[in-house]
Amino acid sequence: MDDARLTVRVAQQTPIPLDATFECKPGELLALTGPSGSGKSTLLRCVAGLERGARGRITCARGVWLDSDRRINATPQDRSVGIVFQQYALFPHLTALGNVTAALGHRRRGARVARARELLASVHLAGLEHRRPAQLSGGQQQRVAMARALARDPQVLLLDEPFAAVDRVTRQKLYRELAELRRTLAMPIVLVTHDLDEAAMLADRMCILYRGRTLQVGTPQEVMTKPADALVARLVDLRNVFEGVVRAHDAPTGRTLLEWQGLVLEVTHTPAFVAGTRVSWTIPVSGIVLHRRDRPSRGEHENPVFGTVHECLTLGDDTTIGIRIADTSDALVTLRAPTHVARRNGIAIGVRAGASLLADAIHLMPWRETGREGAG
Amino acid sequence: MDWQALTLSLRLATWTVVVLLPIGVLVARALAWRRFVGRRLTEAALALPLVLPPTVLGYYLLSAFGTQSALGRAFVSLLGHPLAFSFAGLLVASLIFNLPFAIQPMQRAFEAIPADIRPAAACCGMSPWRIFTGIELPLAWPGVLSALVLTFAHTLGEFGVVLMVGGNIPGETRTIAIAIYDRVQAFDTSAAGLMAAVLLALSLIAIAIAYSTSWRTEAARG
Repeated sequence: MDDARLTVRVAQQTPIPLDATFECKPGELLALTGPSGSGKSTLLRCVAGLERGARGRITCARGVWLDSDRRINATPQDRSVGIVFQQYALFPHLTALGNVTAALGHRRRGARVARARELLASVHLAGLEHRRPAQLSGGQQQRVAMARALARDPQVLLLDEPFAAVDRVTRQKLYRELAELRRTLAMPIVLVTHDLDEAAMLADRMCILYRGRTLQVGTPQEVMTKPADALVARLVDLRNVFEGVVRAHDAPTGRTLLEWQGLVLEVTHTPAFVAGTRVSWTIPVSGIVLHRRDRPSRGEHENPVFGTVHECLTLGDDTTIGIRIADTSDALVTLRAPTHVARRNGIAIGVRAGASLLADAIHLMPWRETGREGAG
Repeated sequence: MDWQALTLSLRLATWTVVVLLPIGVLVARALAWRRFVGRRLTEAALALPLVLPPTVLGYYLLSAFGTQSALGRAFVSLLGHPLAFSFAGLLVASLIFNLPFAIQPMQRAFEAIPADIRPAAACCGMSPWRIFTGIELPLAWPGVLSALVLTFAHTLGEFGVVLMVGGNIPGETRTIAIAIYDRVQAFDTSAAGLMAAVLLALSLIAIAIAYSTSWRTEAARG
């Protein structure tokens, strides 16, 4: 099966710099994510053969699509790709059926219309075959684009922000349809999206792209909780990213001691960083537990921190609480608590509060100067 | 009514449209999508006939057609007679002064095709020729058609350049516009009036056809 995978290694300087490597197994959905302008769509267009200037090597299902050393650079027609564009790029003068049939040139003439109907039915568009794109809703247009992309019996399916142009309700519906459709698809699927929630929900693995470079590839869980470095942590929108120094390792207890803001935190044993090393570290908001004001519990002995509530933002059932650690200027620990818990504990801006940082949730990363550049 | 002049004008307009169709489509497509050095200059040069007085254009064409110029000599050896004061010369002049009328609407039409449409067609496995005939031309068709109609109507009515390059030879270079002028000079106002009315009607019909066709295409596309 692995023979059908897509492998990509490309580099270019202009028009948009790229230095990216990833692969995608058959049946796997890989999300390319990163901030706007990080080269996600350009990378996808390289795979499709629409961006012609890149050097490197792209192979799919044993076919070599790009090999700049051997001067191979197949045209889009010679690469078996199905692609859904952000604005769908449907042919406005053709009906839904005509759009799908246009991608069936490889099939026998007599079989094309029947196959196109079958594909449209598979994306729930039976009965709308003779509508033109302008007569279809955004969600229906996206489905036509999906049917057209699959019509070529492609060896790889490329989706370029396919959910960006529809409203929220339609988007949720299309998510479910894609998840459902995926079970019938055996080819690698690459999804470009700037929406981390979308990537986390749909993808088996995600690839973080920044200024054209792949920074980390891993499952959404891995990338979101164990980012490769502070830049990735910022790109995946982790709130709690700090700097500290590894003080010691205590193998018997399975703990590493981390010095931070005058405190010593216990974290998961991470011998990769020798004592004295400056590190970046992060903890997900879900890894921080608010102390109860009325009834202290045993869990509070685990890395307790105290400070003043600096931020208190209620969004429905959840309240996001930012605690500024006492006597320091910039260390803001952000956690999320159920709104009723926050209320019961009298959380409000200016109030003193305590929280515990769960040792197993703390993740150490190589130190890297990031500034705030990646925050956008 | 000078039927010979009318037929000559229609013949000239038809040939101009036939020759300019492929040239216009090729040039307009290149200007719409290719980025090359000197693109702006090319566009400016192609628009020149819009602003240049017909006499100036006519003068330069006449000089170029003369046997003193290399181009003129080449045509003499090809046709056996000079280009100036011949139907062939008139056609060449007509092609040149119609360039902006043909190319500009076509260029706008190709530019209006959404950016991802052609890449999408390529990713559907369609060959460049099939993309051109099946996607680009049908989408640009209203613009191409209005370009052709404008060219046709404009050729029927052109006066200055025709007079400079072709003169007033019945059956060879006397177009209906020249014939009207000729009749007015001879105080034959009734013939001039009739021919002017015919020219007006022809132009109106041509433009009405172009407008309604493009309107219907747009409406069908929503």
